[in-house]
Amino acid sequence: MSFFGLVWSWLVDPTHWQGSDGIPTRLGEHLHLSAESVAVSALIALPVGIALGHYGRFGGLAINLSNAGRAIPSFAILVIAFQIFGLGDLPIVLALTALAVPPMVTNSYVALREVDPDVREAARGMGYRELAQVLRVELPLAVPLIMAGVRTAAVQVVATATLAALIAGGGLGRYIVDGLATQDYVQTAAGAVLVAGLAFATEVGLAGVQRVLVPRGIRLLNAPTAPRTTTFKTA
Amino acid sequence: MSARVFLDYVDPWINWSWLSTHVQLVLEALGEHIELSVIAIALGLVIAVPLGVVAHRNRGLRLAVLGFFGAFYTIPSLALFALLIPFTHLSGTTAEIPLVGYNVLILVRNVLVGLDAVPRDVLDAADGMGYRARARLLRVELPLALPSIFAGLRVATVSTIGIVTITAVIGLGGLGSLIDKGLIENFRTPVVVATVLSITLAVVADLLIAGAQRIALPWSRPS
Repeated sequence: MSFFGLVWSWLVDPTHWQGSDGIPTRLGEHLHLSAESVAVSALIALPVGIALGHYGRFGGLAINLSNAGRAIPSFAILVIAFQIFGLGDLPIVLALTALAVPPMVTNSYVALREVDPDVREAARGMGYRELAQVLRVELPLAVPLIMAGVRTAAVQVVATATLAALIAGGGLGRYIVDGLATQDYVQTAAGAVLVAGLAFATEVGLAGVQRVLVPRGIRLLNAPTAPRTTTFKTA
Repeated sequence: MSARVFLDYVDPWINWSWLSTHVQLVLEALGEHIELSVIAIALGLVIAVPLGVVAHRNRGLRLAVLGFFGAFYTIPSLALFALLIPFTHLSGTTAEIPLVGYNVLILVRNVLVGLDAVPRDVLDAADGMGYRARARLLRVELPLALPSIFAGLRVATVSTIGIVTITAVIGLGGLGSLIDKGLIENFRTPVVVATVLSITLAVVADLLIAGAQRIALPWSRPS
């Protein structure tokens, strides 16, 4: 049987779809770790980015944060978190959060900065108070870029969560890491297919979410997002 | 008593005496890291510039290239290494194929952005001055696209240096091998050393490219 045939039969083998080492369990762990990390990062990063963008303060910092974030090696951050906090989900979620915050801050800052000054002026002229202006005028206009940042970060979190297996965590990376350790390259490749599929599904799925969240009036089919703010890869 | 001493021992972040006796090991890892990164960036550039130029003229090819490499870029490096091992084994090729692919996406995108931004008037003027297609490309369009290409090169370089740490998982050395060592031996010093060196390397490389841009294109300021 060809190598791909072996990988395929591994993937469809019913014994790989049950138990604590089964695909549903590993997928659940992977999604759980990723969702927690993305949620925590968004809670930290979006208010900061939105506030900085609204007031137009610390622009250099907000922009350079994602440049700096790119330089941080994800494998190293995971291992350092593991050496401080030991086994469990905490070091993984902390490391993934550290990786996801920078692109979210940068994108939400840029998103708020790119709101047309005339629109802000008009909102003020219509008597909007500051908070209402942010919530009802600036944020809806900024949603496409903010969502682009969340999407970029989320895809990277899902990708990087694969490395959690290296510090004895769960998730789909287990198949790759365990396969490498036992030279079971069929299992490794099957894990790789699952991880690649999940990363791809996340990208496409969040593009769908973005489509739903972006107000119809400002939906830009080809949102001219600067490559600087959307190119981010950590794993 | 000795067990107690062992439990009370706190691993320091940097054990200087270990570091002083393992300078050779660290330098070797740094050398491998630089080599893996330089190859990935150079090959990425060699592929991306011509590909970008061709894709700039052909809308179908442009969508195909951006779609293919965009999908490739989504796939985590560890998964690609794992998929390639049965074919290219635990070799440098296994590490370079994903890294080059990622860089091609970043660079092609920036080549396209740069070429797209060349003003129509400039192209008309070049045509009016009698430039042929090839000369117009080499002497007018590409020079004007260079700031964007440099920007892409900086992003690609910094990303690559970070991702190369993961190649240690498939036993290819680089600074990641120190991280792996620290993980296996439960010893912090190699991990900290590798992290600091990896970040420093990324920052230095970024500054070098920004400096090169300043010299090569004095009219454009690196962002």
